[in-house]
Amino acid sequence: MTQFDLARDSVRALNQRLHESPEGRWLVLHPDGRHCIAAGVDAPVEIGVQGHVGYYCAGMNKQAHITIKGSAGPGVAENMMSGSVRVKGNVSHCAGASAHGGLLIVEGDASARCGISLKGSDIVVAGSVGHMSAFMAQTGRLVICGDAGDFLGDSIYEAVIYVAGKIGELGADCVEKEMTPQHRQSLADLLSASGVEADPGSFRRYGSARKLYNFNIDHASDY
Amino acid sequence: MSKQNPLRPSATFPLEVLAEIHRSADQGIYEIRGFGTKRSLPNFDDLLFLGASMSRYPLEGYREKCATDVTLGTRFAEKPIELKIPITIAGMSFGSLGANAKEALGRAATGMGTSTTTGDGGMTEEERQSSKTLVYQVLPSRYGLNPDDVRRADALEIVVGQGAKPGGGGMLLGQKITERVAQMRDLPEGIDQRSACRHPDWTGPDDLEIKIQELREITDWQIPIYIKIGATRVGYDVALSVKAGADVIVLDGMQGGTAATQDVFIEQVGIPTLPALRMAVDALKDLGMHRKVQLIVSGGIRTGADIAKALAMGADAVSIGSAAMVALGCNKPVYLEDYQALGTEPGYCHHCHTGRCPVGITTQDPELEARLMPEAGARLLRNYLTTLTLEVQTLARACGKSHVLNLEPEDMVALTIEAAAMARIPLAGTDWIPGA
Repeated sequence: MTQFDLARDSVRALNQRLHESPEGRWLVLHPDGRHCIAAGVDAPVEIGVQGHVGYYCAGMNKQAHITIKGSAGPGVAENMMSGSVRVKGNVSHCAGASAHGGLLIVEGDASARCGISLKGSDIVVAGSVGHMSAFMAQTGRLVICGDAGDFLGDSIYEAVIYVAGKIGELGADCVEKEMTPQHRQSLADLLSASGVEADPGSFRRYGSARKLYNFNIDHASDY
Repeated sequence: MSKQNPLRPSATFPLEVLAEIHRSADQGIYEIRGFGTKRSLPNFDDLLFLGASMSRYPLEGYREKCATDVTLGTRFAEKPIELKIPITIAGMSFGSLGANAKEALGRAATGMGTSTTTGDGGMTEEERQSSKTLVYQVLPSRYGLNPDDVRRADALEIVVGQGAKPGGGGMLLGQKITERVAQMRDLPEGIDQRSACRHPDWTGPDDLEIKIQELREITDWQIPIYIKIGATRVGYDVALSVKAGADVIVLDGMQGGTAATQDVFIEQVGIPTLPALRMAVDALKDLGMHRKVQLIVSGGIRTGADIAKALAMGADAVSIGSAAMVALGCNKPVYLEDYQALGTEPGYCHHCHTGRCPVGITTQDPELEARLMPEAGARLLRNYLTTLTLEVQTLARACGKSHVLNLEPEDMVALTIEAAAMARIPLAGTDWIPGA
């Protein structure tokens, strides 16, 4: 295992090495809330980060499996393409923003706009999420084992939201949909892959009513 | 109608206002259209060059060199952009434009030694292959954005705003969302695509500074990062862009074009390019960053004279979008029946949003798109860019400049009080700069 101590060297040096020699397992020590840790990795490496991270940790991640043993600042795993990111603590706003693929697991709570503009990733939050989560989410799945704040799924496209707890208020064009056996199985598989224990039978499914897909004057007040 | 009683139009309700009220009453929705502002605005035509005289020594027109090269992104990037001419091609999306048009832009830019720019919707293989120097836009929608394209770009451009609609997001109506466009944007086919007006993962200049740091980390600090702003509170926005770490600022005045935006947005929001440019240069000078953070100005650039005046006011380069499309054939008097089918005619067409572009530029329809073959379009645009460059050199030589970036404000005078005040250039025949 390669150890990299951010108390001794810079994030720039870490990322340069991760981009140039991405092999094996890595342990990043003393992150201390620094920004952009492990941004732009494109290799099937395992990276453990021993503490809290700042903004955009694992940004645009591709292939790597990154575990943050602490909490994460805004935009963790933003625009992720593949691989996985696991956060043992809580995450700030915009977690998994615009992520195209891969799996983001938050073992704690997520702040506002979790999964905003989601484009294909799966996000599993063991706790609760803040307001405007899955805003304009296009594809992918957001699983919320706790509660969801107001305006969940506002202006959602084809992404799917599963919620076990309470919802403050649904956003524009977001509606509850039937939880079919196929959806329950899909959710069970995703929970299993994420290692988050929850009963798939306790979730409800939400998605787009598709009323805002093409402008209709009769729906103007929904915008 | 008798001669003694001529019809008297209303100045408050002229024909176009009446027609718009009738249309609104019929349809219950604002007008969405392409192109750009149609109102009259103070612009570069309101400035004139003084040329050489007893106290200024001109350069010989066809013999003495007048260089046009420009380097962009010298602040932080390992690999700044080297251009042969100070005229770049603005960001226009695949989706709003067809693949042939994007390829034509790339080929022409490459042939002229300049850059072209992607747009909302991501990078197509055609434009990457055809563009030697390609600027990759990072937009609020993040459609198609991926790290592979980020790393094969020559520069990144974070789009905060656009001159045609500062404060507004993109719009691509369902008729242009074909299978390929939908796939690139991760959206269903045929829906109205409304791009966000705010970025999903940063909310202000402090966040943006860290966002730029992330993009630099992903690209190993190799390529320049531009910030594009729509012209509004230019002084603040330029200062904040510098603070956020921009290598290059792209300033888009309200004359900038669009493929589809609400008419009320196009005509009523933002400020013209002329005052915006002066405000941007002032802000850079106040910070001691003029020429260190390069400034590209766009929005209504049409002629070599416009470019020369922009450079003289302090821009490092210009960017053209609408004019490039006109060079490709936009509003050309051909295929008249197709203009008529849209309810318009050459010279008036702004129907980019419909996807029925008569000349095959802003369309995804294969039959229409075939009217613009990439090589033929590239030839037209190369010719136009060549003409623009020759015009800029002509004016620069007349002012005694051996490089077009040596043009300066004192080479010019203003024709109107408004232009004098906005550009801080003295009114012709006086030393008067209103407000100075």
